[in-house]
Amino acid sequence: MRILAIFLMTLLAACHRETREHDSPLPFGQAQLATTTTLIAGGSPPAPAEPRINHYEKSAWHVGEGQRLYTEFNCVECHAHGGGGIGPPLMDDQWIYGSSSPQIVATLIQGRPNGMPSFRRILTEKQMWQIAAYVRSIAAQAAKDVPPSRGDTLANTRPITLQPAQLLQDSSEDAGAR
Amino acid sequence: MIVVQSAIHPAGDHATITSGLFSLFLGVTGFFFLLVLLFLGWAIWRKDRGSAEDRKLRVSVAGWAALITLGLFGLTLGSYFADRSLAFVGGGQAPIKIKMTAQQWWWEVEYQSDDPSRTIITANELHLPLGRPAEIQLEADDVIHSLWIPNLAGKQDLIPGRTTDMAVLPRHLGHYRAQCAEFCGLQHAHMALDVLVETPAQFAAWRSRSLQAAPAPTTAEQKRGYAILTGQCSGCHAISGTPAFGTVGPDLTHVASRASLAAGELPNIRIWLERWIADPQGVKPGSHMPRVPLSAADIRAAAAYLETLR
Repeated sequence: MRILAIFLMTLLAACHRETREHDSPLPFGQAQLATTTTLIAGGSPPAPAEPRINHYEKSAWHVGEGQRLYTEFNCVECHAHGGGGIGPPLMDDQWIYGSSSPQIVATLIQGRPNGMPSFRRILTEKQMWQIAAYVRSIAAQAAKDVPPSRGDTLANTRPITLQPAQLLQDSSEDAGAR
Repeated sequence: MIVVQSAIHPAGDHATITSGLFSLFLGVTGFFFLLVLLFLGWAIWRKDRGSAEDRKLRVSVAGWAALITLGLFGLTLGSYFADRSLAFVGGGQAPIKIKMTAQQWWWEVEYQSDDPSRTIITANELHLPLGRPAEIQLEADDVIHSLWIPNLAGKQDLIPGRTTDMAVLPRHLGHYRAQCAEFCGLQHAHMALDVLVETPAQFAAWRSRSLQAAPAPTTAEQKRGYAILTGQCSGCHAISGTPAFGTVGPDLTHVASRASLAAGELPNIRIWLERWIADPQGVKPGSHMPRVPLSAADIRAAAAYLETLR
């Protein structure tokens, strides 16, 4: 009986990870743009709780949709499949404008100097969160049971699920010094 | 117009040959099936009259074996000749070249030409001139799909990273329905294609009309719709002659001239157009068209502009 209960609960947990949200608008209210730096006068304020981070990053479906959009909207052109080129790489530990999902969404909305365009008018906010969740998974930041173990594209890197999560540094100075 | 999707009402040379082969198989196997039933009935009727003489039994078994051999031989010959005639359909005539790309869950149709300015890109609708062979090059962008136009030809898979092809030679005017025939995800059942077989004159008229760029919006509402289409919608959709040049979704340059919306899902009339823009996920759950936050007036304006794209 107990085993059955555990089994059913595992099933439920597994289902949530795969849930597809087709018909829902943004599951949460209008977003405030995230700040891109942690350097704030008088010490950093406590980070506001952002329920969307877990909502998107812990869903295999959202990460998968993010991967599709990443290719369809040609992020590959500049960032390659994470390795970078014209734009900065997304699989390393250096993040100029912040590495959290809300900060990546802010980057997508506003655009950044030296080539990153704004996607404000082109993507819906839900799509931006999906892309952010996928971009986080490129840097091995997603939960291991969420990203696919085998990519759709040719790559000479290890599958995301086998990469150890690295500590990301959010610092524009670091990136400038390199 | 009556839309037909039927493999036993062939409207093209390939389908006629295949359908003929099907009739041959049906006839031969049907004949043998009836024969077996007859023998079975006869055996039941004479159940305990004792066994037949040895000689009689030998003759009937040998006759039965000969009949089967003859039947199989006929089927083999039929298959061989059907295959041969399929290979030589439309021989000599220059085919029109079309490239179709299947995506979840719609078809992109590209009429190729040596002159790039005469290339037409449309979606979910295949126009074919009567009596002229068409060579369709098939590709897929995401998963395996299969193109099946039952009235014109058999199925052919579209495989990502690989090019396949299909030839059709339409012989009857009409509006046919084609369908994705390989399970390709959530909306596989709603991945249809309108196939219109037209007279050469009609086809030429359609082709020259399709080469024109979109007309400029005139009324205030159309202008508002134009701003929306070249704004929020332009990331995915292209409208030639405007700044909208997205390649993710179907080309909308002549969307109002198409028979249906969303790959055969909805009839192309104003009310369904508005419904589709307002709530794509309610009409076709899982479709890659997102629900774009637009006001009711915006949606009406977008539909008003799209209606001018004939």
